[in-house]
Amino acid sequence: MTTAERVGRASGPSQPFRNLNRFFRRHPRAGLFSLLTPPVAWLLFVYLASLAMLVVAALYTLDPDSQKPTSDLTTANITDALGDINVWSLFGKTVLTAVSVTLICALVALPTCFFIAKIAPRWVRRGLLVSMLLPLWAGYMVKAYAWRAMVSPAGNRFAAAGRGGGGFLQSVLGWTPGYGRTAVVIALVYLWLPYMILPIYAGLDRLPTSLLDAAGDLGARPWRTFRSVILPLLLPSVAAGSIFTFSLTLGDYILPRLLVDGKERVMFGELINATLGGPNLPLAAAYTLFPLVMIVLYLLAMKRAGAFDNL
Amino acid sequence: MRKTRVGVALLASLAIVAASCGDDDETKGTEAPAGSDAPDITDAPEETTAPDVTTTPTDTTGGDMDYMWTPNADLVAGAEGEVNIVAWPGYIEEAWTTPFTEMTGCAVNVKLGATSDEMVQLMQSGEYDGVSASGDATNRLMAGGEVVEIDLAEFSSYEDIFDGLKDKPWNSLDGKPMGIPHGRGANVMFFNTEAFPEAPDSWGAMWEAGSVAEGAISVYDSPIYIADAALWLMATQPDLGITNPYALDQAQFDAAIALLESQKGLASQYWADYVVQANSMVDGTVLAGTTWQVVANFAQSEGALVDTVKPKEGATGWSDTWMLSSQASNPNCMKLWMDWISSPWANAQATEYFGEAPSNAKGCALTADPDHCAKYHAEEEDYWTDVWYWTTATEECLDGRTDVTCVPYTEWVNAWNALRA
Repeated sequence: MTTAERVGRASGPSQPFRNLNRFFRRHPRAGLFSLLTPPVAWLLFVYLASLAMLVVAALYTLDPDSQKPTSDLTTANITDALGDINVWSLFGKTVLTAVSVTLICALVALPTCFFIAKIAPRWVRRGLLVSMLLPLWAGYMVKAYAWRAMVSPAGNRFAAAGRGGGGFLQSVLGWTPGYGRTAVVIALVYLWLPYMILPIYAGLDRLPTSLLDAAGDLGARPWRTFRSVILPLLLPSVAAGSIFTFSLTLGDYILPRLLVDGKERVMFGELINATLGGPNLPLAAAYTLFPLVMIVLYLLAMKRAGAFDNL
Repeated sequence: MRKTRVGVALLASLAIVAASCGDDDETKGTEAPAGSDAPDITDAPEETTAPDVTTTPTDTTGGDMDYMWTPNADLVAGAEGEVNIVAWPGYIEEAWTTPFTEMTGCAVNVKLGATSDEMVQLMQSGEYDGVSASGDATNRLMAGGEVVEIDLAEFSSYEDIFDGLKDKPWNSLDGKPMGIPHGRGANVMFFNTEAFPEAPDSWGAMWEAGSVAEGAISVYDSPIYIADAALWLMATQPDLGITNPYALDQAQFDAAIALLESQKGLASQYWADYVVQANSMVDGTVLAGTTWQVVANFAQSEGALVDTVKPKEGATGWSDTWMLSSQASNPNCMKLWMDWISSPWANAQATEYFGEAPSNAKGCALTADPDHCAKYHAEEEDYWTDVWYWTTATEECLDGRTDVTCVPYTEWVNAWNALRA
């Protein structure tokens, strides 16, 4: 350590910093303002502005020769998208998939979290929680390709040597859904489950065990306790978790490509991706309005359920 | 580990080839021990049919290598240090980027494109310095001003390019060169060798029910595949009068779409991700389909029981061009790359790896397989007469008809989306 540094430390912050400190102490609002400006600017410009650009892009016209968007405005893309029955049917299926994934995640997470938070001995609790969250440590693509290998169907005499037995599910469990929507739902539940586990665990952790004892003392059986005491108190946590599982599923388009083998389009994002790569940017932008509106509606509904008090 | 295993297998396969060719008693005596050194005789055939994809320059010569290319000194002086390229899978691999980076100081970053449409979209973003574009992308790139004319004085490799590839509608504009030809090939049909003990010579299994591959067909997931349907109709329904699979009037186009609709019942896979297709070849879940030679090579190296054929009806194909982006932020490095990848050694490496015909005439002497150019018909113009290079369909019919208008490519995209919905 040099002499200069020692002197610097002994005399506290140097002059300009001392002035800055004094300024913020006298004007507490200025401190808050300078802390909040960068994230708010980020939200406004990067998030909202890009969303606005998306809506504007949906109004562009496509030049047929170069396939580049031109700034002549038209509503044809949006009316085309809204008037196509195939688009609506695919979107309906996608929403149904997102709802199924969310429900299954909730059904799996509720008992699991109850066990971790209320039954498991304190010393294994943390280990169990970490193991439930462990899948988050691996990359998305790694897990996606792994699921492709897992659900690979078996019994194919035309396979390469040693590859005829099918994937993990077939060779170990003796059953595989094969490539298709079921495989997509299973893999998506696996992928997004941690996002449901975390808020529900947090909710249960806050729930005083004395409430359960009180319900028991008053003669409630376990199911009645769950229905009348636990569920109402946990609903906001489930709603918070469902925001993740629902929106992440609604936007996924990579897993279907790997797990459905492209035989049919099962997710709306695949249509958007294919149209963008068309390349038809304006029509792709028009398609994105479907999930955009859906997510806004869903967030409003979950806000009523109290999800945002639990994030 | 991998390298030595491949090396041994290569040695074994060489020995087998030599043994089967050598009639003389003297040579047989010396070849036999090498053959018995081979680890496993059942391993060898799969390695011999697959062009050896892991061969690196050091495997063939070792030590100092003559890459047969001198970088343009002016461009090297202005080299930016890196270059970002949109390319087909297999076009940019370490074996030939490492020497390039050593010689020029330009690090190479690749963004893989799965379809021409995706490549056009990536180039429209303006974030890339250049692209290896097929003919159906180049037209749109030139029309959109995404790429610029090149100055031939800066490219020493250009003069060695086959004349048959230069000044074509898909790589020039008003007689001015817009890029450097890279290589050409046909979209081949692969088949499982167990399912098809006799190699098929027709695309029939892809379009007609009743073959062993019914329900296990692998189809390329891109609107340009409509041309493959048109090609089949060209051979089987002459009444429709199709003379060019990219020049379809409404009636011809509708017939192609109807055929594709009926193909859905035969197909089990629509692929855009080549790893997925190769994986299915290995698992045997697809038994026939349309593919690129490089995918079949990759699957074979993983043990897949597949082989490829160019059926008698002809095939769609590609003639690719390296092009320079009009918004390139690393133009010097991109120009150096274009010159390098078109030079004899690098062009031979890249095109042999992919399994296509080189564009550099001198490259034919430098391939690991001395027969590579013959196998891929690099120098036989006749072979290419029934290969229909990917082209962008336009309203003005490409086959010269003026009494009708043709279905433009934007409609192809919409029809493909409707078909897949």
